[in-house]
Amino acid sequence: MTQKLKDATIPTIPIGARIQRWIGRNLIRIYAIFAFTYLFIPVAYTFAFSFNDSGKSNLIWKGFTLGNWQNPCGAPEVCSALGNSIKIGFLATFFATILGTMIAFAIGRHKFRGRSTSNLLIFLPMATPEIVMGASLLSLFLVFKINPGFWPTVIAHIVFCISFVVVTVKARIASLDPRLEQAAMDLYANEFETFRRVTLPLVAPGIAGAALLAFSLSFDDFIITNFNSGTLTTFPKFIYVSAARGIPAQANVIGSAMFFLALTLVIVGQLVNRRKVR
Amino acid sequence: MVKASIEARGDLRLTRLTKTYGDFTAVDDLSLTIPKGSFFALLGPSGCGKTTTLRMIAGLEEPTAGSIHLGETDITTTKPYQRPINTVFQNYALFPHLTIFENIAFGLRRRGQKDVKEAVEKVLNLVELPHLAQRKPTQLSGGQQQRIALARAIVNRPALLLLDEPLGALDLKLRRQMQIELKWIQKEVGLTFVHVTHDQEEAMTMADTIAVMNEGQIEQMGSPADLYDNPETAYVANFLGQSNLIKGTISGNDGDSLIVDLYGQKISLPKNRSHAIDNSTYAGIRPEKFRISLLNTETRGNVLTGGHIEDVSYIGVSTQYQVEMPWGQELMVFEQNDDGVAPFNKGDAVNISWEPTFTFALRGDEDVTAGSQIEPEVLDEE
Amino acid sequence: MGKNRTPYLLLLPGFGFLFTFFILPIINLAQTSTQTRVSGGDTGQYEQTLRFANYVDAFVDNKEQFGRSFLYAIIATVLALAIAYPLAYAIAFKSGKYKNLLLVLVVAPFFTSFLLRTIAWKQILGEEGFLVPTLRSLGIISQSTTLTSTSFAVVMGMTYNFLPFMTLPLYASIDRIDPRTLEASGDLYANGLTTFRRVTLPLSMPGVVAGTLLTFIPAAGDYVNAAILGNPNTKMLGNVIESRYFKIVDYPTAAALSFTLMAAILILVTLYIRKAGTEELV
Repeated sequence: MTQKLKDATIPTIPIGARIQRWIGRNLIRIYAIFAFTYLFIPVAYTFAFSFNDSGKSNLIWKGFTLGNWQNPCGAPEVCSALGNSIKIGFLATFFATILGTMIAFAIGRHKFRGRSTSNLLIFLPMATPEIVMGASLLSLFLVFKINPGFWPTVIAHIVFCISFVVVTVKARIASLDPRLEQAAMDLYANEFETFRRVTLPLVAPGIAGAALLAFSLSFDDFIITNFNSGTLTTFPKFIYVSAARGIPAQANVIGSAMFFLALTLVIVGQLVNRRKVR
Repeated sequence: MVKASIEARGDLRLTRLTKTYGDFTAVDDLSLTIPKGSFFALLGPSGCGKTTTLRMIAGLEEPTAGSIHLGETDITTTKPYQRPINTVFQNYALFPHLTIFENIAFGLRRRGQKDVKEAVEKVLNLVELPHLAQRKPTQLSGGQQQRIALARAIVNRPALLLLDEPLGALDLKLRRQMQIELKWIQKEVGLTFVHVTHDQEEAMTMADTIAVMNEGQIEQMGSPADLYDNPETAYVANFLGQSNLIKGTISGNDGDSLIVDLYGQKISLPKNRSHAIDNSTYAGIRPEKFRISLLNTETRGNVLTGGHIEDVSYIGVSTQYQVEMPWGQELMVFEQNDDGVAPFNKGDAVNISWEPTFTFALRGDEDVTAGSQIEPEVLDEE
Repeated sequence: MGKNRTPYLLLLPGFGFLFTFFILPIINLAQTSTQTRVSGGDTGQYEQTLRFANYVDAFVDNKEQFGRSFLYAIIATVLALAIAYPLAYAIAFKSGKYKNLLLVLVVAPFFTSFLLRTIAWKQILGEEGFLVPTLRSLGIISQSTTLTSTSFAVVMGMTYNFLPFMTLPLYASIDRIDPRTLEASGDLYANGLTTFRRVTLPLSMPGVVAGTLLTFIPAAGDYVNAAILGNPNTKMLGNVIESRYFKIVDYPTAAALSFTLMAAILILVTLYIRKAGTEELV
């Protein structure tokens, strides 16, 4: 009797219902896969067309070649534009990281009059459309008879990178346990040593992340650069200008190479970090 | 000046120490001397001011008023790193970016001490974790982190070691084990320990002297046995263990004893254990001091008759009874399960008796619930 | 004493820099916006006449582009939110040990220049791409329909380009939600939708606010997507400002437009933050 009852109560789920449940459970994953596809279609396209044997205009697929990768500087101006972007990126990152980190420490570690005004001043550049920022800076340079070019571009990049550095580093400082600094003071480290031996090493990953963010913002910027660079050509500017007559495949090579380089850097960085912590 | 304070040794003296935050007074005119070499506990619930007191001793908080002396040196306003005082922080505060070795060496290096390696190895042996020197703090268990935090502090041979709820994050079993170890290490290194905790059992296990704190002031101070057997206030009586407090009137004298009338039944207690200021009083008896007996059986000492058993809880080493008395109060009684006698049953009519010397008397105007309704285990005060 | 000076010393260089190269230019822009052309002077010569009518002229002449800027930006922001929210949710709760990798993948397209990717879209959507002929042969779009050089392409490009700005803050705040609160909601008789509406969404609100702002603000001022993916009838305010500056050399109008754009964005953002009820930004 009990045996019979047991058999009878084992439920069997019909296959249709099972498929439905599987989809229900994985709907959001499926959705995420579509989102990633959307994100990567142009990247894949750019990568694929870096192998196009296209000559000057890289619009239509003409055949596979490794030539573009073997000679990435083959097209005129590509590499000088890239060089300018890298130089500007490094300089802007360097200064924005230093200035931004100092501001982040002031806001994140101290209570003082004018703290909320400071927060507002940091938020404003992020709330200003790039075109307004670029245009206003150009007007200022023109008033002071400074010609647009390399240094005006660096200055413009520092302006829009600072806020992002401040926000990133501030978040890291906020997540720092204040007891660690108290412990250092308790263990005979004065203010300076506490900062150097405890605070700074613990905030360092945040600063590194901020620098990486600043560099990628600077490297990829077009609008503000376009206003302040005059005749200087950066990589994004080069692409924009040559878009009308077709972009040389070498630009795709450089874009793809940057993609893989950055991806490798980030992944290696994460692995190293994980090993350090574990 | 700096040199002088870092080499200060001797008793710790807090004089009229006060700390206020806006309208809130965390520590209120507190004076206290902690003798060199003792194991001293500041005991109280969250928000009683014990952690603030500790932080002022460490130099992490500046007193609003009052002074702190170590021996003859005034350290009230010196920086934390200028004091020969080290702290074992709640949740340990080990530096996550440094190895265990470098964590322990941190203080020694800041003071420019030689033979860092030797000192660190020695203290790692003391806490029995020499094999972990090259690990990072996150790779350690809670108990191991606790020991490293202790090692990092005592390696500096401070005049004073402060422990801020050091065992709060450990589970019960590990906590008991660490209590014994801490006590042993304190004897071994001969430092003054000041221990802040809300766990009365922890304080009683380890400390020579306990100060029970309440609302920024010291309620009572003494040895664990003093505080437990002869509490001066309802707060202490309830916060340290449990107490039965019965309303009564002091009705007479009998040599060294007082006669107290508890709802018409007379009991006696030693005069030196009475803290009453007039005739009205609360007689206090700890639950394990009571004996239960059935009606018509022999009793000794003080006796209260007319009870009946309301509830029985068997908990292994002992049995806990709730006994309802004729005046409606329920008394708590703990009986050891060591005599082979069958436990009493719910509904049994019983008498309760105890030795008069175990009785204490509180002021009659006390709030008998003080200290008993404390919220359990709220860590991370402030 | 020395203690209280530290924050100001730390702020001094950075704020000095921001004052000189951000605040001062904005002030300068404000005063350029009321200038008028020197009669009989060269191109690009202007004098201060406090002509506030510049604003009226600038707005009336370009109200179409104004409307379009905000319309496109709002649509792109809503679309980005619709795509990014489930994505961020999936990364936070459904990705297990691949969480970090997926996060990197969200940011990764950034590293290929956004202009390259925008131009890639132009070619993918173009007549020579594979998408349009495929869709035509499947009958999904008519033979005469084009995808590139349309408002659809512009909005899609904007959505695409600002998607990571939306995803990252959303992820940050969704990841902070304790999954047990979601289970608790289910335990307390809320179905999936109710749990989302009453628990998940309110808890992720800071991320929604930060993400929509980080998308909307640059989108409203953008002109690159419109320039590459659009046609003359999809021009946005950014395109006008750019051409006023570089082609027509009409600085006052460009300045007046920039100012109006900034003011409109600030007003909208303030209203939005009030409505969303969160003060803690970024």
